[in-house]
Amino acid sequence: MFPEYDVIVVGAGHAGCEAAVAAANLGCRVLLATMNMQTIAQMSCNPAMGGVAKGQIVREIDALGGYSGIVTDHTMVQFRMLNRSKGPAMWSPRAQSDRMLFARKWRQMLEAHPLIDFWQDMVNGIVVKDGRACGVRTGMGLEIPGKAVVLTNGTFLNGIIHIGEKQLGGGRAGESAARGITEQLVELGFEAGRMKTGTPPRLDGRTLNYSRMEVQPGDENPGRFSYTDTPRPQRQLPCYITYTNEAVHAVLRTGFDKSPMFTGRIQGLGPRYCPSIEDKIDRFADKDRHQIFVEPEGWDTCEIYVNGFSSSLPEEVQYKALRLIPGFEQARMFRPGYAIEYDYFPPVQLQLTLETRLVKNLFFAGQINGTTGYEEAACQGLMAGLNAALSVLDREPFILRRSDAYIGVLIDDLINKGTQEPYRMFTSRAEYRILLRQDNADLRLTPLAYRLGVQGTDARMERVRYKEQAAEAIEQFFRRTGVEPDHINAYLESLGSAPIRQKVKLHTILTRPYIGIAGLRQVLPGLDEFLRSQDEECIELAEINMKYEGYMLREQEMVEKMNRLEELRLRDDIDYYQLPSLSKEAREKLSRIKPRTIGQAGRISGVTPADVSVLLVHLGR
Amino acid sequence: MGAIGVIRISGPDALRLASSIFSGKDLSEQPSHTIHFGRIVAEDGRLLDEVLVSLFRQPRSYTGEDVVEISCHGSPYILQEVLTLLLRKGARLANPGEFTLRAFLNGRMDLSQAEAVADLIASESAAAHAVAMQQMRGGFSKDIEHLRRQLVDFAALIELELDFGEEDVEFANREDLSALIRQIRTFIEDLLRSFRLGNAIKNGITTVIAGRPNAGKSTLLNALLKEERAIVSDVAGTTRDTIEEVLHVDGVAFRIVDTAGIRQTQDTIEAIGVAKTLEKVRQAVLLVYVFDVARTSPQMLREDLAALTRPESKLLVVANKMDLNPYTTYEHYANEYFSSEAWIPVSALNQMNIEYLKQKLLDTVLEGKVIAGSTVVANVRHYEALLKTNESLDAALQGIAQGLSGDLVAMDIRRALFFLGQITGKISSEDLLDSIFSRFCIGK
Repeated sequence: MFPEYDVIVVGAGHAGCEAAVAAANLGCRVLLATMNMQTIAQMSCNPAMGGVAKGQIVREIDALGGYSGIVTDHTMVQFRMLNRSKGPAMWSPRAQSDRMLFARKWRQMLEAHPLIDFWQDMVNGIVVKDGRACGVRTGMGLEIPGKAVVLTNGTFLNGIIHIGEKQLGGGRAGESAARGITEQLVELGFEAGRMKTGTPPRLDGRTLNYSRMEVQPGDENPGRFSYTDTPRPQRQLPCYITYTNEAVHAVLRTGFDKSPMFTGRIQGLGPRYCPSIEDKIDRFADKDRHQIFVEPEGWDTCEIYVNGFSSSLPEEVQYKALRLIPGFEQARMFRPGYAIEYDYFPPVQLQLTLETRLVKNLFFAGQINGTTGYEEAACQGLMAGLNAALSVLDREPFILRRSDAYIGVLIDDLINKGTQEPYRMFTSRAEYRILLRQDNADLRLTPLAYRLGVQGTDARMERVRYKEQAAEAIEQFFRRTGVEPDHINAYLESLGSAPIRQKVKLHTILTRPYIGIAGLRQVLPGLDEFLRSQDEECIELAEINMKYEGYMLREQEMVEKMNRLEELRLRDDIDYYQLPSLSKEAREKLSRIKPRTIGQAGRISGVTPADVSVLLVHLGR
Repeated sequence: MGAIGVIRISGPDALRLASSIFSGKDLSEQPSHTIHFGRIVAEDGRLLDEVLVSLFRQPRSYTGEDVVEISCHGSPYILQEVLTLLLRKGARLANPGEFTLRAFLNGRMDLSQAEAVADLIASESAAAHAVAMQQMRGGFSKDIEHLRRQLVDFAALIELELDFGEEDVEFANREDLSALIRQIRTFIEDLLRSFRLGNAIKNGITTVIAGRPNAGKSTLLNALLKEERAIVSDVAGTTRDTIEEVLHVDGVAFRIVDTAGIRQTQDTIEAIGVAKTLEKVRQAVLLVYVFDVARTSPQMLREDLAALTRPESKLLVVANKMDLNPYTTYEHYANEYFSSEAWIPVSALNQMNIEYLKQKLLDTVLEGKVIAGSTVVANVRHYEALLKTNESLDAALQGIAQGLSGDLVAMDIRRALFFLGQITGKISSEDLLDSIFSRFCIGK
């Protein structure tokens, strides 16, 4: 009934969808296996893509030819560029999407791909022969042959949902858990663990009093995620902000004795940065209020997502507490928040390609690796999909370095350091964030995807070339063109900047603090005329290049310093146990992870600078 | 060669080797950190020495391996015999610094400690020894670690507003941040300054004696060295081609450089001599200017000091031949180049006030500080890392002053952390996140 697929992707969430697309866009024949065709690309938690650090990842996915950015652009109900008041490296796009449209658009795009097949069934085992994955087994008792398998099981592996003292088996509200895979992998020698995450209650928007909340509108000129010509939203929906108070906290505390978090029924580790409301009250008892974001779930639904109120307390406690929040006095609940525990596999068992060390051609992506977040999942899916395809095609693997992309930081962190809690991306995890900006993801990554031969990147590459040339032309204009004191001094003084005495190049003026191109073109008609024929995107790039040149150079210097260690290769066959001068922990970790380079070795937790020196000495011999 | 000679054996076979030549208790059954009396007997049954043997079992030993130390009576002959015996049993001689290298490789000390040991071995004076000891005990690393902790918390504040700016978080107060950076900068500056001293102590303090011809420079030098003759050695300068004399005062080594007299001259050859003198003066940590009170006018003194003094070197003004003109006072010669503190009236010929000069030499270098108690940077690698750290902190301060956004300021702070990490080890983003999560309630 089935042909032999090149790549079988198990799970059709954010990771699975991107994995399927990535493999198919390298020309592979792909099967996307999901337990339920109706829940492809669900936004299981909040109806939003992007945010600080995450927005950069979505841009990177798009630059590499993934679809998450395109899907988000087509389905957004609100767009905001976060951190606008900070430097360009911090600008982070974030969009609220229509949850149902988002899933539908993804399914359309997948169905439009001739190389992607679908199968609805529960995969409960991997076919492994001679240490190599070669297909999957399903709940219907079928065996589907495939040359590579990508597992993206999300929270479904032995998922248990907790609401107060109730426990329900399930991978998502109303959906059953997946069984069999963990057990088989553990038998094959994999180490498995438990993680915990949670989601807040959903409310009936018809019962909320928005006049008691702060309104948070979208940007006036909404941006987008994709570097392609996706539509910009013509209208937007606002979000709202309200706050908890002491009365809310008091009610929540009455449920603590029934909270699975506090009674110890939940074993898995939850994230510190996405704590449940009860966790916030418990750990930060001195804070008398917590922020709540009220987010619409779509254009034509009244369902509301209560961001910041994740909880696994009994539903009646959640309900009573919610009603004490300003604006929620009459609130009705669609469903309570819950906590979910699920299996994951500590990611130190993976290689940089996301292929497992134990089983060849078996790849993991998303929450199965201990991460959290749609964006984190999607980018792993993309990388696993690409590498699964490259492996099947017998081509070189595709690896991004920490200095290439947030995606590189994420994967490098995962496989070297593992993670004790659901891993989420922060800009502070990236050493080189001035270089890893949302505005230049295309310049950084599209050429790499183009060279790989990812379908659809030809046109993208054209745009990259154009953008680079246009930005260069604008920079040249600034370096060439002088400005007379008479034309600019009034403007400079109005900004508290020192006046100039003689003709000065525009470039020099621009590098002063508080001066920007937008302001300059208002007072300099010649500049405005020149810029009118240019794309906003190219002007922005040129401005960033000129204003932050010093910082970028300094960071580039650090990259080169670090990359020297990245170029010192460590062979896979080094017997670390034969190096007695290494610490015991370093010997174990190095043997297990087998770093490719000295630089990577240094990032493995438990490997000290002294151990690195030992390796350098060893290499030198 | 002291009264006791110690032979150290390190490695997995150390105990077996020691046992094979030792007659006394069975060493292999003794616990770590114990001392045993016994005899060393040669293969022909001859008693070589009565010795004390100290046992250190791995990992709690200097090298981190099993270590045996045999304290012999220190005649070179006995030591040689015992050593030869051990070599025949399968031991080999350690390479220079090998014990320390092993200690480092076995994680017994960090890099700065290991470097300190290298300095310790090479140290010639008591003060250099004190600096190296302090560094080896981790004092230096500890100070840096303390600094780094402060910076991490600082960086975390900025990261907080960057990664969680959308949430209900307090923002880092820029004035407080600047104050903190300035405080750290000052500390690093002190460390940097101490490098001059630390380096000086390690290598000896370059002290240049300068003055006009016949001011009594050579007499002064001889007077200074008189009592020290026994321990003075001629040391060929490693970087310079001149011969220097070394003077020890309370354990601090002064490398004294005598110079040709300085004089305004038309004569080419003498002009070259003067240029050479000025060149040496440039390298001086300490400049001892000597003049003849009988033949020098305040104007001449002023001219000389104008030509010789440099802000980086410390100056002592020695008024020589006071026996010829005993009523000469500081006030008579006072000018903007030196204070009364630097005024030292002597008579080199009569050994008058030479002890006071020595005390002044010491005080000027130590500035009253007790070396053993304070942190001194004596290693070029550390010096450079600290220099880079300060550069980065300066950039951060400048960024804050210009109202630049947190991500740019943070970049410079991270650079500072990176350079500090070159001394003590690395900082990871996990450290930053831990600092954030332990202090702030964030996350939707």
